[in-house]
Amino acid sequence: MSEHYTTTAKTLHWLMAILMLGTLALGFYMQDLPFSPEKLRLYSWHKWAGVTLFLLTLVRLAWRLSHPPPPLPAATPRWQQWAAHAAHWALYGLMLAIPLSGWLMSSAKGVPTVWFGVIPLPDLLARDPVLGDRLHTLHLTLNWVFITLLITHVGAALKHHWIEKDTVLLSMLPRFKGLNRG
Amino acid sequence: MKYLLGALVLTTTMLTTVQAQEYTQVHSEASHIRFNYTQMGVTMRGGFSEFTGELRFDPSTPEQAHVMIDVDLVSIDTGIREADAEVTKPEWLHTAEFPTARFESDEVMALDEQNYEVAGRLTIKGQTRDITVPATFSAENGIGVFTSHFSINRSDFAIGEGAWASFDMVANAVDIEFELTATVDD
Ligand code: HEM
Ligand code: HEM
Repeated sequence: MSEHYTTTAKTLHWLMAILMLGTLALGFYMQDLPFSPEKLRLYSWHKWAGVTLFLLTLVRLAWRLSHPPPPLPAATPRWQQWAAHAAHWALYGLMLAIPLSGWLMSSAKGVPTVWFGVIPLPDLLARDPVLGDRLHTLHLTLNWVFITLLITHVGAALKHHWIEKDTVLLSMLPRFKGLNRG
Repeated sequence: MKYLLGALVLTTTMLTTVQAQEYTQVHSEASHIRFNYTQMGVTMRGGFSEFTGELRFDPSTPEQAHVMIDVDLVSIDTGIREADAEVTKPEWLHTAEFPTARFESDEVMALDEQNYEVAGRLTIKGQTRDITVPATFSAENGIGVFTSHFSINRSDFAIGEGAWASFDMVANAVDIEFELTATVDD
């Protein structure tokens, strides 16, 4: 009788996990390309995906605040419960801070963001290449913090599943019949 | 008395006409050449910091005007650092071979007090095209300001060849804005 996350929470989690990892990989990949139409196209796609993730995060947070997640197994040590909470909120924070820093960086570098080439986002900062470089460093640093946290997050999920053999991972997976370890 | 007054008015009018001012000095430091281009739906602003102008323009005889503007293409600012380096390459402006762009006209037509039509030749990257652009002129205290806003197609001048030739990344139309300040002194 394991408790599951709501279908909405699961859908958002996995949809965003895929999109987030794609945007992350694209970010590193596009950087190294020689200047070309392809590179500019990928930069635009990266920015569009990033803005989409930012908006999805807002939706997800609204859902999260109105739908409490299932409790962790009672056997989970207190410090781990606390760590899981802290990690989850940090992940949410980064899902907002990374695209925000990207958006500010783009403004400072002088390239406005036009979502899907249709909806122009306001430039919160005036063009300032030095600030642009700093925000680039910030964007990159936040990404590394995110990667570190994500490795811990996935590691913890797998540890719950394979070592503790509890229902934590299942609570975030589709409800397959018979898989329930309840 | 009436005659005297009439004569006076007449001479003053004649004087102003005779004195009609010919603008010959372009002050590039008080002038701007800017452009807007569109990259994947994003409008980017750029400009040129270095250019020189040659001018003979008298608002009372615009048909005798002569204007020539030379733009140092290496002074381009595209708004993106990486693009500044890219755009000097052979696919774009090929500045090694064609360092300047020139606009030259001997055909200025007055439409009204302030509005003119300037027909001339624009040469970029070795390609010369006839273009007719609108312009405005206004003067105050001997300082004249010309503005012009028009659009060219980059493909007419082979700006952006090869992989860049398609317009889905960088649009064909490029908006150009001139603001030139000129004085009569020399
Ligand atoms: C969750 C969303 C995002 C993730 C995971 C992400 C990740 C990354 C990564 C890993 C890089 C490579 C950094 C480097 O190697 O220096 C990068 C670069 C970049 N990101 Fe993002 N990003 C996100 C959102 C955004 C947004 C919303 C924008 C702009 C609106 C943006 C704009 C950029 C730009 C312009 C670069 C390249 C900087 C340069 O080369 O000058 N990113 N991103
Ligand atoms: C970009 C990738 C990911 C992000 C941003 C992310 C983010 C999050 C967040 C914020 C939560 C907390 C949900 C809440 O209680 O409000 C969560 C829960 C969870 N995630 Fe991820 N996640 C990602 C990838 C993954 C992957 C790859 C796995 C599996 C290996 C995973 C497994 C889980 C599990 C099992 C939970 C439930 C944890 C619990 O109930 O305490 N996540 N994730």
